[in-house]
Amino acid sequence: MLNRRDFLKSVGAVAAGSTLAGAFSDRAIAAQARGHVVVVGGGFGGATAAKYLRMWSDGGVRVTLVERQREFISCPISNLVVGGVRQLADITVGYDNLRDKWGVEIVHDEVVGIDVGKREIRLANGDSLTYDRAIVAPGIDFLWDDVPGLAGNEDTIPHAWKAGPQTMLLRKQLEEMPAGGVYAMHIPMAPYRCPPGPYERACVIANFLKTHKPGAKALILDANPDIQSKKGLFMKAFEERYGDIIEYRPNSRLLSVDAANRKAELEFSEVTADVLNVIPPMRAGRIVDHLGVSLINDRWVDVDYQTMEAKGAPGVHVVGDAIFPAPQMPKSGHLANQQAKVAASAVLNLLAGTPPNPSPVVMNTCYSFVDATHVVHVASVHQFDTAQHTFLPVEGAGGLSPAPTELEGQYAHAWSRNIWADMLA
Amino acid sequence: MKFTPVLAGLCLVGAAGIGHAEYPLAARDLAATCANCHGTNGHSVGGMEALAGAPADRMLKQLMDFRSGDKPGTIMHQITKGYTDEQLELIANFFAAQE
Repeated sequence: MLNRRDFLKSVGAVAAGSTLAGAFSDRAIAAQARGHVVVVGGGFGGATAAKYLRMWSDGGVRVTLVERQREFISCPISNLVVGGVRQLADITVGYDNLRDKWGVEIVHDEVVGIDVGKREIRLANGDSLTYDRAIVAPGIDFLWDDVPGLAGNEDTIPHAWKAGPQTMLLRKQLEEMPAGGVYAMHIPMAPYRCPPGPYERACVIANFLKTHKPGAKALILDANPDIQSKKGLFMKAFEERYGDIIEYRPNSRLLSVDAANRKAELEFSEVTADVLNVIPPMRAGRIVDHLGVSLINDRWVDVDYQTMEAKGAPGVHVVGDAIFPAPQMPKSGHLANQQAKVAASAVLNLLAGTPPNPSPVVMNTCYSFVDATHVVHVASVHQFDTAQHTFLPVEGAGGLSPAPTELEGQYAHAWSRNIWADMLA
Repeated sequence: MKFTPVLAGLCLVGAAGIGHAEYPLAARDLAATCANCHGTNGHSVGGMEALAGAPADRMLKQLMDFRSGDKPGTIMHQITKGYTDEQLELIANFFAAQE
């Protein structure tokens, strides 16, 4: 564990840089912020929050990160692992730098209770952590019971919507699929984590089937009435690149599954597949149930977007996929990272007794592969609107790629390396 | 010679800072929205342009040229339209001041 002086030395270059930015008050505020922040969850939101709390406070605020996994495994780029283009090791990053370089105390454990009144978090190992403020970034949990037959069968019917063993399971099933076989994916009703993700997966898997499983089909069964993101670009990719492989069926409500036969019962038909990939309906990670707040639509946490503090849970800020999003704000790792910075900035100001940023800004960039190398993007910028007290997308800003390119393929990988470093290096 | 752009940058901060006088960390918070792609404090780890220490006037011109369409881009012409002139100035000056 670094002490404050060592910490200042280790990030001396960064700290010295920030004084040059004309931000002498920056240092003054950093010097004032004191206390202990517990961050729950070490994904795109939580890891970013932990690093930025330490960096922006010049090591003055103590930060404990609670994360049950030993390593971070990225959902973005995981479709390339499913498609056999990348390895799991390529999307795995350790927590060593957060601990050794930034002085974040890391506890690999499970949260079993949060007492918002006492500002205390209980862990499975029996320990308790008291906090001045907490940032909770629990990601999503699945609503297994919404699809009869699905609960307990994720080893047969993978979701691969949390990267790791599930990613490898889906990969293995695809490798073992017979030539001329059927891959079927079910997409839940929006909102779900990563709106373009299922359609990217469809493309990357179809690209694999095209070369390795002649005659195979990919059935994309979408509960939604239409493609949820980058619609024109994905429709074009489905038709032009995978016309004889992908069959896209909108309005496909899933009623139940039969795991033993890999059969999906839909509202108007039944599908039997060699590989059945059901992305279950989802909600905020169940850790938020400890906050005692009512969830929007019973699924998502209502936050004050200026600070990301949960409504009804003073002192607890929630970021990432778990929140009820502001208008047109997708559930993405990129936005979890951006929201984490809004939360970290607000937390440090509040700990220092200074007002939080009155007009925060967040933006989203999302790259999707339509094959192993060609990529399309969607981007948006969201400015805080004081009158409506929410983030609103800037009209006329953001947008889509005109067509897939290899240049954007290179940018997609550069994006992943830089965002993983922004969180964890 | 190295200091010329930095001094120019500080002048810009002074000019742009008026609207944000009530919130002294505006530049830092805005620049953090670029870090996902361009690296923490503009220190790219590869594949994207590093912004740390780049001359503020040149960076601001590039940002404005992306926004006007004078400079072609894959995505930056869309992103820059989401920020005000004042915000782009704060961002350029923040990165220019990073070592």
